[in-house]
Amino acid sequence: MIYVQLFLVFLQVGAFSFGGGYAAMPLICAQVVDQYGWLSEKDFADLVTISQMTPGPIAINAATFVGNQLAGIPGALVATIGVALPSCIFVTLLAMLYTKYKDLPVLKDALTALRPAVVSMILVAGLIILIPAIFRSGEVSFADGNFAIRPFVLFVGSVFALRKWKADPILVMVSCGVIELIAQLIL
Amino acid sequence: METKTTAQKLKTLFFATLYLSAFTFGGGYVIISLLKNKFVDELKWISEEEMLDYVAIAQSAPGPIAVNGAIVIGYKICGIPGIVFAVLGAVIPPFVILTVISAFYNLFKTNPYIQGILAGMKSGVSAVIVSVVWDMAAGIVKKRDALLIAIMIIAFVLNYYLEVNVVLIILGTLVIGIARSLYARRETK
Repeated sequence: MIYVQLFLVFLQVGAFSFGGGYAAMPLICAQVVDQYGWLSEKDFADLVTISQMTPGPIAINAATFVGNQLAGIPGALVATIGVALPSCIFVTLLAMLYTKYKDLPVLKDALTALRPAVVSMILVAGLIILIPAIFRSGEVSFADGNFAIRPFVLFVGSVFALRKWKADPILVMVSCGVIELIAQLIL
Repeated sequence: METKTTAQKLKTLFFATLYLSAFTFGGGYVIISLLKNKFVDELKWISEEEMLDYVAIAQSAPGPIAVNGAIVIGYKICGIPGIVFAVLGAVIPPFVILTVISAFYNLFKTNPYIQGILAGMKSGVSAVIVSVVWDMAAGIVKKRDALLIAIMIIAFVLNYYLEVNVVLIILGTLVIGIARSLYARRETK
């Protein structure tokens, strides 16, 4: 039955995608394209593009999209529940363990050592978005035409607004989108 | 003021994750940055150090980071009911948006206005992340602990330049922390 299949496929995607969206993509492709043939390769590429253009995790987007295509809204619901369920179980267990044992001295020291690494990982995620936005080739280089000044100015202005005026982050993000659109229309 | 009822907390939690999830273009770390902004800086329900631990938990478990982040924060604030409300908030926006978009995909893909807005938003999104990292890194540098600063730099190089898997980096730093803890305790005996 299609609902059971959708549920089980996305349950696997949810349970084995360690490390966020980019880890989920090959898993989704292996199941949905290669094994079941629910989507063609072109459909899958479209799905990845939609995911990049819209908010939300790619795994949730994929579950909703594939579910909708195959079995309408009920299919989308079943697939989305499947993909989120492993998270709910694993993360709840980890959160319970954390709450219970976080004051143990050894665990405290371990977490103290972990925090700086987490800060670095967040920075890396930011750079992965920023670098291709500012450098057209995706590589840091000031060769002819590679450096895009407008995204850079938007970035610096946003950092300034966030730090100096404590501006609302979502307002800053949306303003950047609107400014870029106006600039494209005028120039 | 501190005695917010459970119902009020659940409501705040649901609408916060719903609102943030609707605007998190660009992956899980954007929502983590926004959650930090909301729950650490604005509401002060979670400390900055706890938040970093939650990011590590969200990162080490399988599944989307945005959903995992919503779960840890929901659990911290209201236990199991908190998880339910936070996850619903995080999942509803992409669910609705993708359901609508899959129907109008061709229109969406070729619309230059939508493309322009999305291009501009990337600058804003990365600025939000950089600003959050700024606060967090300052908190760590202030501790004047050479090992922690070294971990921050080395983890960055491993992750960004050498593309080492984040789960390995997390495990490695945990081992370093445990080793130092055991060593320090033996010294003081």
